[in-house]
Amino acid sequence: MNGDYAALARALAPETALVAGALAVLGLDLMWLRRRPAETRLRTAVGVAALAVAVAVMLVLAVGRAGVVAGGALQVDTLALAVRLGVLVLALGALGIATGAPIPRHPVEYVAVMLFAAAGLTLMAAANQLLLAFLAFELASLSLYVLTGFDKARPESAEAALKYFLFGGMAAAFFLFGLSLLYGLTGSIAFPAAGAVLAAPHSSPLAAVALVMVLVAFGFKVAAAPFHLWAPDVYQGAPAPTAAFIASASKLAGYGLFARLLWAGTTPGAEGGVPGWLPVVAVLAGVSLLLGNLVALAQTDVRRLLAYSAIAHAGALLLGVMTAGRAGFGPLVYYAATYGLASLGAFGVIAAVERGGGCRRLEDLAGLYRRSPLLAGCLTVFVLSLAGIPPLAGFFGKFAVFAAALRFDGPTGPAGGLALLAIALTVVALYYYLVILKQALVAAPAPHNGGRIAVPQPAALTLAVTAGLIVLLGVFPSLVLGWF
Amino acid sequence: MSLLPWTIYFTLGGALLALAAGARSAAAARWLALATALAGWGATLGAAVRFTPAPGLQTLVDVAWIPELGVRYHLAADGISLTLVVLTGLAATAGVLFSWNVTERTGEYFALYLLLIAGVYGVFLSADALLLFAFYELAIAPKYFLIAIWGSTRREYGAMKLVLYSFAGSALVLAGLLWARAASGAGFGLADLAAGPYTAGQQTGMFALVFLGFAVLAGLFPFHTWAPTGHVAAPTAASMLLAGVVMKLGAYGCLRVAMPLFPAGLAFWQPVIAWLAVAGILYAGAVALVQDDFKFVIGYSSVSHMGFVLLGLAAANAGAVGGAVLQMFSHGVIAGLLFAVVGRMVYDRTHTRRLRDLRAMPMHRLLPFAALTFVLAGLASMGLPGFSGFPAELLILVGAWKTSPVWALAAAAGVALAAAFTLRAIQLAFFGRTGGAAAGAPRQSLPPITWPERAGALLLVGATLLIGLRPDLLLGWIGPSLQSPLFQAALKGGAP
Amino acid sequence: MSGFPWLSAIVFTPWLGALVLAWLRRLGASASRWVALLFSLSTLGLGLAALTAFHPADAAFQLVERRAWMPALQVEYHLGLDGMSLLLVLLTGLVAPAALLASWRLERAPRLFGALFLLLQGSALGVFLALNFFPWFIFWELSLVPAYFLIKLWGGSGAARAAYQFVIYTIGGSAFLLVGFAAIYAATGTLDFPALAAGGALAARLGNPWATVAFLGIFLGLAVKVPLFPFHTWLPPAYAEAPTGVTMFLTGVMSKMGVYGFLRLLWPLFPAPLHAAAGALAWLALGGVVLGALAALAQVDLKRMIAYGSVSHVSYCLLALFAVAAAGGRAGARAPAVAAALDGAVLQMFNHGVTAAALFACLGVLEARAGGRRGLRDFGGMRAAAPVFAGLCGIAMFASLGLPGLNGFISEFLVLRGVFGLAPGFAVGACLGLLLTAVYLLNFYQRVFHGPPGPVAQGCADLSRRELGMLAPAVAVMFLLGVFPQLALGLINPLVTAWAGGGLLP
Repeated sequence: MNGDYAALARALAPETALVAGALAVLGLDLMWLRRRPAETRLRTAVGVAALAVAVAVMLVLAVGRAGVVAGGALQVDTLALAVRLGVLVLALGALGIATGAPIPRHPVEYVAVMLFAAAGLTLMAAANQLLLAFLAFELASLSLYVLTGFDKARPESAEAALKYFLFGGMAAAFFLFGLSLLYGLTGSIAFPAAGAVLAAPHSSPLAAVALVMVLVAFGFKVAAAPFHLWAPDVYQGAPAPTAAFIASASKLAGYGLFARLLWAGTTPGAEGGVPGWLPVVAVLAGVSLLLGNLVALAQTDVRRLLAYSAIAHAGALLLGVMTAGRAGFGPLVYYAATYGLASLGAFGVIAAVERGGGCRRLEDLAGLYRRSPLLAGCLTVFVLSLAGIPPLAGFFGKFAVFAAALRFDGPTGPAGGLALLAIALTVVALYYYLVILKQALVAAPAPHNGGRIAVPQPAALTLAVTAGLIVLLGVFPSLVLGWF
Repeated sequence: MSLLPWTIYFTLGGALLALAAGARSAAAARWLALATALAGWGATLGAAVRFTPAPGLQTLVDVAWIPELGVRYHLAADGISLTLVVLTGLAATAGVLFSWNVTERTGEYFALYLLLIAGVYGVFLSADALLLFAFYELAIAPKYFLIAIWGSTRREYGAMKLVLYSFAGSALVLAGLLWARAASGAGFGLADLAAGPYTAGQQTGMFALVFLGFAVLAGLFPFHTWAPTGHVAAPTAASMLLAGVVMKLGAYGCLRVAMPLFPAGLAFWQPVIAWLAVAGILYAGAVALVQDDFKFVIGYSSVSHMGFVLLGLAAANAGAVGGAVLQMFSHGVIAGLLFAVVGRMVYDRTHTRRLRDLRAMPMHRLLPFAALTFVLAGLASMGLPGFSGFPAELLILVGAWKTSPVWALAAAAGVALAAAFTLRAIQLAFFGRTGGAAAGAPRQSLPPITWPERAGALLLVGATLLIGLRPDLLLGWIGPSLQSPLFQAALKGGAP
Repeated sequence: MSGFPWLSAIVFTPWLGALVLAWLRRLGASASRWVALLFSLSTLGLGLAALTAFHPADAAFQLVERRAWMPALQVEYHLGLDGMSLLLVLLTGLVAPAALLASWRLERAPRLFGALFLLLQGSALGVFLALNFFPWFIFWELSLVPAYFLIKLWGGSGAARAAYQFVIYTIGGSAFLLVGFAAIYAATGTLDFPALAAGGALAARLGNPWATVAFLGIFLGLAVKVPLFPFHTWLPPAYAEAPTGVTMFLTGVMSKMGVYGFLRLLWPLFPAPLHAAAGALAWLALGGVVLGALAALAQVDLKRMIAYGSVSHVSYCLLALFAVAAAGGRAGARAPAVAAALDGAVLQMFNHGVTAAALFACLGVLEARAGGRRGLRDFGGMRAAAPVFAGLCGIAMFASLGLPGLNGFISEFLVLRGVFGLAPGFAVGACLGLLLTAVYLLNFYQRVFHGPPGPVAQGCADLSRRELGMLAPAVAVMFLLGVFPQLALGLINPLVTAWAGGGLLP
C-alpha cells in the first residue's frame, strides 16, 4: 500500500461508522442502562445501532464510486456501492426485526456483534485484494457464529453455532489455502491477477486446485450444494434475527465478493471467451437447484423449509454469477438484494410469531390471518416474492437472471439449460411456498395456539417497510438495475 | 379507446378499497365491488362505442419501464382484445352479483376477486410479452386463495392442482419468451419479438413452448385435468370466472403471442394441436355424459367447448380464428350462466350436487327461475341457433373444414355429444319428477331466488341471445383485427 | 298487398302469441286456451290470404322477403313461398288448431302448454319459409325445444325417455347436417338455397370425397326427421308417450319438415350424389313402407300402431323422390311418370298430414273415453254408442287407406303411378304396403267400432262440440280434395313441371 491513507479512510468510512456504532452501543449500555429491563435495553441499542447504520448509508452514498483505492486494496465501484447499500439496508431490517423477536439474554451485545458482522460484510463488498477479502470474510463469519449461538435458552442454538463454526472454519481454511496457492501462482494478492488464474484452471494443476478451494469457500458462504449442510441446522437453531441476517445480508455480500473475484480477470460485458470455472460453477448451480427444491418438499419445519429454499435460490443466483460477465452485475445484485429482503421479512414474521407463542412447524402458522392480519399480509408478500410472482421483486430478479442466462449461450448451452431447469423447478417451489401460505391464510387458527399476536411497533414498521420495498422494487426494477 | 387502461386501474383500486371496506362491513365490500366491476365494464363499453375497427393494435399507453431488460409498459388493443375485455367486464359484474351471499371474510374475497379481474384485463390489453406474462402470473395467487378458502369439494387439492398446472404452463411460456428474446436481440414488445429473425427450427421449438404453456391454461387435452377438479372445488363466482374468462387467457395467449410470433412453428404443429383439440372435445363430452356431480358435468363441458376454440385456432384461417374468438366470448357467458345456476341457485339451497339426489326433487317446481335459466343456458351450450354458441361453432366448423374436413366431422360429433350430456343434466336435475310423479313428491320449499341472482342471470342470458342473433356486432370488431400483417402471416385462407 | 310482409307475419304471429301467453301470468286456464287457439288460427287466416296473392303459374318464389342480416357471413333474412311451401303452410294452419282443440282438457299449466305449442308452430312455419341456411337452421333446431318439453311434461309414463331419445336423435342428425352446410359454405361462400340450387355442380366444387361426406351429413339430418327407415326408432315411443295434440302436430307437420328438407335442400343441391345413392335409398324407403305397415299390424297399443303406420305413409313420399332421382337423365320419355311421382310426393305430404292428424285425434277421443287406456282390445261396439264419431273416424281411416273419393287415394295413386313408370319393382312392393295398411286399419276399425260393446262403449257419449270442431274440418278437407284434387295440384303442378323439366335430373 502506498500512502494515501486519507483515501483509504474515506473509503472505509462506512465500516468505521459501524464499528463506532457498535462500540457506542456497548458503552452506552454499560454506563447507563444496566439496570433497565431487557426490552428497553434492546430498543435503545437498536435505536443507536440504526443510527449508526443510517450514518454508514450516508457515507456510502457520499463516497460513491471512488474507484480503485489504496493501491488496489479496495475497489469502490458500482458493485461495491450497491452491495454495501444492500447489506446496510438489510442490517437495518434485521435490527428492526430483533425488536419483535424473543429477547436474547444479552441484547446489547447481540446488537453490537450484529454491527460487527455488518462491517465485515460491507468490507467484503469492496475488497479487491486476497488478504483483505479473507479478513472481511472472517470478520463477518466469526460474528455470525457468535450471533447464531446467542439463544442460550435453546440447545439447538448452541448446536447450530457449533456446526456453523466447524463448517465455516473448514471453509475458511480451504479459502486461505486456495488464496495462498493463488499468490504462489501469480506473485500478487490483487484480484485481477488471481481472477485471471481462476479463469484458466487448465493452465496448471495448482490453478485447478486453487479454483476448487476458492469455490468451496464460495459455496459455503452462499449455501450452495454440496456445501450447504450447515444451512438447515443454522436456520433452524439460530435466533430469528440472526437467521434473517444470514439469509439476506451474508449471502448478498458473499455473492458480491466472489463474483468480483471470479470475474476480476476479464472485462465485464465483453463478448470474450468463457472463463474456465464456468462448468464447475454450473454443476454447483444445478445440484443446488435440484437438491434445494426437491428436499424442501419434504419439510415440516418452517425454518428448514426456508433453508432448503435458500439453497435453491443459491443455485439460481450462481446462474447470475455465471452470466455476470456479459450481462453485468445488475441482475445478480438485484436478485440477491430482493431475495434478501424477502427472506429477511419471512424470518421477521417467524420471529414475531415465536414471540407470540412459538413457531416450529408449519402448523404453528395456522390462522395467521386472524391472529395478526399485518403479519399475514406481509408474509404473503414475502413468500410470493420468493416464489417469483409478479409484480413483486422476486419475479423480476429471477427474470433478469434467466434472461441473461438464455442470452449467454442460448437454450442449449450450460447457462441456458440451467435457466430452463430453474424455470421448471419454480413450479415445484410454488408448491411448497403455497403450503406456507395455506397455513397462514387458509387454515383456521389452532386451538392451542390461536391467540392474537401483538407485534411491537418497530418490528411492525420494519416488516411493512420491507414489504413495501419489495413491491416498489418489483414495480420499478430500474431503481436498482439502472445503476448498472 | 383510451378508457381501456382504466379498467385495470379501477379494478386494482377497487380491490384495495374492498379489502379495507371489508374490515368494516360485508355489505360495504359488496357494493364497492359491484361498483368497481360496473365501472370497469362501463369503461370497456365506452371504449367499444367509439371503436373504429382497423387491422393492428391501437396503442393506449407506451412508456419505458425496465429498459435494462427490454421491457416496456405498453398497453394496446384491437378488436379481439376489445371483445374479450367486454366479456371480462360482463363476467366480473355477473360474478359479483352471484357472490352476494358470501358472508365469511367478505372483504378479502372481493379483494382477491377484483385482483384476479385486474390481472385478466391486463393480459388482454398488453402489447409487451413480458407485461402480458406479468399480468398472467398476477392472477395466480388470487386463484389459489379464492378456491382454497371459499371453495367446496376437495378445495385445497383442487386449488393446488389448478395453480400448479397454470404455473407450469406459465413456466413453459417464460422459457419460450426468454429464448425468443435472446434469439431476436430486441426488446420484449410483441412487435419486436415478431420481427425475429428466427430459423425454422427455432420457431418450432419456441412455438411449442409458448403455445403449450398457454394451451395448458386453455384446457388442451391431455393437460386439462386440472380444470374439472379446480372448477368444481371453486366457489360459484370463481368457477364462473375461471371457466368463463381465465381459460380464455390461455387461448388468447396462443392467439396473440404464439401464433403471430412463430408462424413456421404453427405450420409445423398444426395437425397435432388440431387432433388434441378434437380429442378434448370428444373425450370431455363423453366423460360429462356419465358424471353424477352436476358441477363436474359443467366442468367437463367447459373443457369440451374450449376444445372448439383450440380447434378454431389450429385451423388457422381467418374464418376459423374469428369463430374461435367468438366462441371465447360465447362460452365465457354460457359457462358463467351454467356455473351460476349449479352453484349459486341450486347448491347453495339444496346442498347437494348429485344428480341422483336432485332427480328425486321436483326442482322445476321448486326453483322455476333456475330451471328456466338452466334450460336457456343448456340450449346455448348445445349450440342451438339463436344463441351465441351457434354462429361461433358454425364458423369454426367451416374453417376447420377448409383446412381438413375430417376435423370438422369429428367436431360435429362433439356437438351431438354436447346435446346429449346437457340434456341429460337438464332432465335429471330439474325435470326428474314431472307430471303425475311430481304430485307425490314431499312438500318442500326452497329459499326464493334473490334479486342479484336474477340480475346476473338476465345480464348473461341477454348477452348470449344478443350475440346469437347479431354475431356481426362482435365479428365486425374481430374480422378487421385479423387482417393485420402479423396475423396474415400466420393464417392462411382469405375472408370467411 | 305487395308491401306487407306476409311471410314474416305467418311465422312470427304464433311466436307473438307465445310471448303474450308468457307475459300475462295471471291469465286463467280457459282464457289461455282461447288465446292460444286464436293465435294458432292466424296461420290459417294468413295462409289463405297468401293463397289469394299467390300466382300458381309462376314457379319461382313469391312474396319474397329479403333483408341483410350479417353481410360479412353472407347470412340474410330470406323468406319465400312456392307451391310446396304454401301447401305446407296451409297444412300447418289446419293441423295446429285441431291439435290445440285436442289438448283442451289437459289440466296442467295450460298457459305454458299454449306458449310452447305456439313456439313450435312458429318454428315449423319458419322451416317451410326460410330460404337461407342460417335462419332455416335456427327454426329447424328451435322446433325441438318446445317439442321436448311438450312431450316430457305432459306425456305419459315413459315420456322422459322418449323425449330424450327424440331430441338426441334429431340433434345428432342435425350436427351432421351442420357439417354438411359448413362444407358447402366453405366451398361456395353462400348459404342461400336458391343461389346454391341455381349454381349447380356443387358436388364437383366440393370435390371427392368431401362431397359425399357433406351429402351424407345433410342426408342424415333429414332422414332422422322424416323418419326414414332405419332411423325411425325414436318415433314410436315419442308418438305414443306424447299427449294427443302434440302427436298430431308431430305427425302432421314435423315429419313433413324432413320430407320438405329432402325436396328443398338435398335434391336440388346434390342431384348427382342423390342419383348415385337413390337405388339403395329407395330400398330403405320401401322397407319403411312395408315394414312400417307390418309393425303396425303387430301392435296392440293403438297409438303405436298408427305411429308405425305414419312411418309407412311418409315413406311413400320418399319412395317417389328416390325413384325419380334414380331414374336420372332418361327423363324425356318418362316425364309423365316423373311428374306424377313428384306430384304424388308433395300431395301425399299434405294428405298424410291431414289424415294422420285426424286419426290421432280420434285415438285421443277413444283414450279420453276409456280413461287413459288405448289398447286394441279395450274397445268394441263404439259404433252403436257414438255413431258420429264412428263415421268421422271411418272416413279418416279410409282416407288413410286410399279409398277413391277421399284425398289419400289421389296422392297414393300418383305416387304408385310414377314409381311404376320409373321402377316397377318398387311399385309392386309399395302395393304390398298398401295391402298391409288396409289390413291393419280395417282390423282396427272392426275391433274398435264393430262387434259386441266393450266396457268403454257402455255409457260413452258421442262427440262433443269441441271434438267435432276438431275433426270436422279435416274430414271436410278429405272429401274436398278427394273430389277436387286440382285445388291442391293446381298449386304445385307448375313447380313440379319445372323440377321435372329443369336441370334437377343430371
